[in-house]
Amino acid sequence: MTAPLLAVRNLQVRYGDLIGVADVSFEVAPGSIVALLGSNGAGKTTTLNAIAGIVPASAGQIEFAGRAIAGEPAYAIVRKGLALSPEGWRLFVQQSVEKNLLLGATPVGDKARIQHQLQRVYAVFPRLAERRKQQAGTMSGGERQMLAVGRALMSEPKLLLLDEPSLGLAPAIIETMYETFLRLHKEGLTVLLAEQSVDLALEVASYAYVLQVGRSVLCGPARDLLNNPEVQRIYLGVG
Amino acid sequence: MNFAFFEVFDVYLLEAVVNGILLGGVLALMALGLNLIFGVIDVVWICYAELIMIGMYGLYYAYAVYALPMWIAAPMCIALVAVLGLLLHYIVIRPLLDAAPINQLLATGGVLFFLQSFATVAFGIDFRNLGIRLPVLAIGEMHFSYARLLAFLAAVAGMVTIYLFMTRTYIGTAIRAIAQDRQIMVLMGVDSRRLYLVTSALGGALAGLAACLLVLQYDVHPFVGLSFGPITFMIVVLGGLGNFIGGFVASFVFAEIISLGGLYSDLEWGYVLAFAFFILMMFARPQGLLTRRS
Ligand SMILES: Nc1ncnc2c1ncn2[C@@H]1O[C@H](COP(=O)(O)OP(=O)(O)OP(=O)(O)O)[C@@H](O)[C@H]1O
Ligand SMILES: [Mg+2]
Repeated sequence: MTAPLLAVRNLQVRYGDLIGVADVSFEVAPGSIVALLGSNGAGKTTTLNAIAGIVPASAGQIEFAGRAIAGEPAYAIVRKGLALSPEGWRLFVQQSVEKNLLLGATPVGDKARIQHQLQRVYAVFPRLAERRKQQAGTMSGGERQMLAVGRALMSEPKLLLLDEPSLGLAPAIIETMYETFLRLHKEGLTVLLAEQSVDLALEVASYAYVLQVGRSVLCGPARDLLNNPEVQRIYLGVG
Repeated sequence: MNFAFFEVFDVYLLEAVVNGILLGGVLALMALGLNLIFGVIDVVWICYAELIMIGMYGLYYAYAVYALPMWIAAPMCIALVAVLGLLLHYIVIRPLLDAAPINQLLATGGVLFFLQSFATVAFGIDFRNLGIRLPVLAIGEMHFSYARLLAFLAAVAGMVTIYLFMTRTYIGTAIRAIAQDRQIMVLMGVDSRRLYLVTSALGGALAGLAACLLVLQYDVHPFVGLSFGPITFMIVVLGGLGNFIGGFVASFVFAEIISLGGLYSDLEWGYVLAFAFFILMMFARPQGLLTRRS
């Protein structure tokens, strides 16, 4: 078995007295797409934010490419090759599409490599190329999602964390978005995908973990989970 | 008789309006520096006018005492205050970044009194000036001082430079982005502490430029900050803290009030009117001039 690219062990995150995530453990193998499933408030966003370093973990370990990264500043983590497309996109709405992308390329530094990466992102999302001069705040929901993903890709990540990329989008757009993820995956990107829509995520993922009120309660190959009645039970909130 | 009265009056009125615009340019420069610091770092440099005061002494010593040519003395003065801005951030602001805003205000307020007493001890309380008498430009019956015109043009050039820097360069883009979303900027791999240092140096450089322009027109003394510090704060608050355009507009509104108000008696009355206007506006539009009322 190869060593995991990302390993999270007994992660706990507190928001003051409240617990955001109580006990979450999972692994992401290099070259895989792993889904993190769970209903509203299960702790998906909290988990991804803790991995990216924008909320502090109060207990547990996070290892990326064999090194402990918990407690490191977020700007150092993204420089190691771990990028997050955050919940709600969080674009720089007053700036152009291209400026958003260039800001995402901060860790790269080298101008020629940045231009190369910019052309790659434009090839992945031709819509962004068409709208490179448009203010990010005036774009449609689907375009904003593309920009959030494109901005994360600009840092040349080895591992891409996606927080609910289907949220609020029309089915047709979701479909092309997921096709894009598969394409990026084929080009060698490892993906950790947080989703509420189980069917969607399990279709592209090879392996999945299910979170329930801040704990990882179930895991398995995506194929198996798709037919697992337990998953449905957790989602319907029964028991 | 009546007719002649109005003619004279109109000339004075026009002269006052133009002088208001000239004053507005310099006020806008100062407001920009303060807004930049607030918008990016989320702190208010209460001691901003005192940084300018130190800069005025800097130019006075470089130019009038050590007789350096102006083209060396002025950039030196700008660099000096930029370094002061850096030090202020490094020594006072950075340790208090996560502290309550009131603590930050008190700390920079402390720096204000420190700089005032330092200047009193180091430079004495005498009024000093560069000893330059620039000629007066006469257009018809109106008179404008070259010093004011020069200050206005330099302030506009300074603001245009900042505008180009903020819109055309990577660092400027990053500075605007961090003012929009502090938390997400770290996801871009940006160490915000470094951007804060750059911003503090920029804010200092703007104060340094303002110092050069003010000492062309006014005497410098340890308490000179009191004569333009409060007005700058009122402008920035009225324009909406951190709102660059609002600060720009408010600068000219205030400058015209001061200049036109001064028409009827002396300039001090213009200031009284400006402060009264500020208090009224705080009731009418506490969020600032340009924000819509909800
Ligand atoms: N900033 C915060 N302060 C306090 N509690 C928070 C904060 N953010 C999240 N929480 C809490 O942490 C728990 C997990 O929230 P989280 O946003 O991680 O869930 P999620 O799985 O992403 O949900 P959703 O699918 O709705 O996005 C919830 O109970 C939530 O109320
Ligand atoms: Mg979420």
